[in-house]
Amino acid sequence: MKKIITLITVLLMVVLTGCGEKKAPEAESTGRVGLVVSTLNNPFFVTLKEGAEAKANEMGMEIIILDSQNDPAKELANVEDLVVKGVDVILINPTDSDAVARAVMAANNSKIPIITLDRGANGGDVVTHIASDNVAGGKMAGEFIVEKIGKDGKVVELQGIPGTTAARDRGKGFNEAAANNITVVAQQAADFDRTKGLDVMENILQAVPEIDAVFAHNDEMALGALKAIEGSGRDILVVGFDATDDAVNAVEAGTLAATVAQQPSMIGAMGVETASKVINGETAPEFIPVELKLVTK
Amino acid sequence: MNNQTTLEPSQKKSFILLRNKPFIGLLIFAVLVSFMNPRFLSASNMLNVLRQTSINAIISAGMTFVILTGGIDLSVGSILAFCGAISASLMASGQNAFLAIAVSLVIGGILGMLSGMFISYGKLQAFITTLVTMTLMRGATLVFTDGKPISIGFGDNTSLFGSIGAGNILGIPTPIYIMAVVYGVSYYVLNHTKFGRYVYAVGGNEEATKLSGINVDKVKTKVYAISGVLSALAGIVVTARLFSAQPTAGSGYELDAIAAVVLGGTSLAGGIGRITGTITGALIIGVLGNALNLLNVSSYYQLMIKALVILAAVLMDRKSKK
Repeated sequence: MKKIITLITVLLMVVLTGCGEKKAPEAESTGRVGLVVSTLNNPFFVTLKEGAEAKANEMGMEIIILDSQNDPAKELANVEDLVVKGVDVILINPTDSDAVARAVMAANNSKIPIITLDRGANGGDVVTHIASDNVAGGKMAGEFIVEKIGKDGKVVELQGIPGTTAARDRGKGFNEAAANNITVVAQQAADFDRTKGLDVMENILQAVPEIDAVFAHNDEMALGALKAIEGSGRDILVVGFDATDDAVNAVEAGTLAATVAQQPSMIGAMGVETASKVINGETAPEFIPVELKLVTK
Repeated sequence: MNNQTTLEPSQKKSFILLRNKPFIGLLIFAVLVSFMNPRFLSASNMLNVLRQTSINAIISAGMTFVILTGGIDLSVGSILAFCGAISASLMASGQNAFLAIAVSLVIGGILGMLSGMFISYGKLQAFITTLVTMTLMRGATLVFTDGKPISIGFGDNTSLFGSIGAGNILGIPTPIYIMAVVYGVSYYVLNHTKFGRYVYAVGGNEEATKLSGINVDKVKTKVYAISGVLSALAGIVVTARLFSAQPTAGSGYELDAIAAVVLGGTSLAGGIGRITGTITGALIIGVLGNALNLLNVSSYYQLMIKALVILAAVLMDRKSKK
């Protein structure tokens, strides 16, 4: 698998350099971007990288892609290499928010602007952070449920680990959509865990006689809740978040109504676009949210 | 066997108190909740609570054996996850359900036994040894599952396996029967066998037990093996309930199990305690989780309420022991 990915990466790079040569004059004018990816062993980040590549190609920018293989030491070395190469902007998808600080500082020292993708950095100066907009995702799920169950619908919210950003943002967006439209009859934490999702949903099913839909802050809890609902024999619409393989299969099988998917390729593309703006002297907001999309049958 | 005669009165004394105090607390709590939400006392919710309690209760039974000898077992949650994953992958590859169950029970037993051998023969501390097993097996589970849930699939063999967790017999969920059998056997072993006497003796006074000619190391190794087997059993039940094994299953379960044992009045110092207390303790934790969900208490307050209930229960038990 690893070999295949490496092979594809190499092939893509060859193809890209080919394209870059043709557009050489343009590339000179729009700048060079370095992209350091946490790992190319995970489809999510491979898609992110491909999105960035495609965008750079389209805009006629030169892009250098380095793989940190989930190793912060390798990540630092990658950033140092890019500094030596003299790229105009570094896009970094950190292996770890804390460990990346050293690498960010290394770029800061050489006055190379740095943009973080998907994961943030807890140190150093970052121009902007580009990641999925969990609030919008929660809202999207909420609106989908409102549309499906109608005005007088009753919905249950299964929350993630209390206090985490994902749980807070997804819940916030969902409740914005639900407010004044549907009644949230129960809000309980199931800690992003499938077993807990099952247990908590079973309890709620006991307590609440009328439920039309469930929104879970992640797919694991949604799949647990599905098991509980199957056991009770009631007909309840379930919406998850993350679009994991299991969840997408469940959506295709018709048991899960929908799941909210991140768009890693868009995160990569936005990164390149923002980099080009930074090169041209434009300012970028501190955080750039990337839209999510709803996966339904 | 003079240490047995010295143990007898203290056991008798704690027996009456343990059977009463936590159980009375549980009843008072149940009555309070049923006033706040009448659905709490419905038969279907009672079965629901028992089914949810069964996982923690099965682990807690093994934990009781370990704590009675003065030890502790932190590895239960990781062994649960690992053995659950083993059984799921065996089912997914189309193996016989009985084989999958037997293999994971044996692996659970071996893992527990290894911890026990390091603790007894290797003279290591139980806390650190089982912390190692806990971390090691969590890692092994992630490696084995590649960090992803393993579905048991939809073959002909899976319906039998699934019925262990999701099935019913005469309208009562199967995990409740499993829990009842585990407690029945544990009660018999602890109260009516030589091995049970040895477990109490080791926890009461290890030196004296050794001097009276009992193979203490063997007893200790056995209790960790029992805890391992029961963790694996709980892992099978969890996997069968969800039709899939989660790499993160069981994290934090060791603390719930220890809480159940302590709530049941068993002393962490060993030697004193009853298996009947443990089932009450597990029920208190189960009822509490169910009640907080039923009453739709904000998740931010739930942990604090849990902590206060545990504190109250332990204080009550301590007072009654004076």
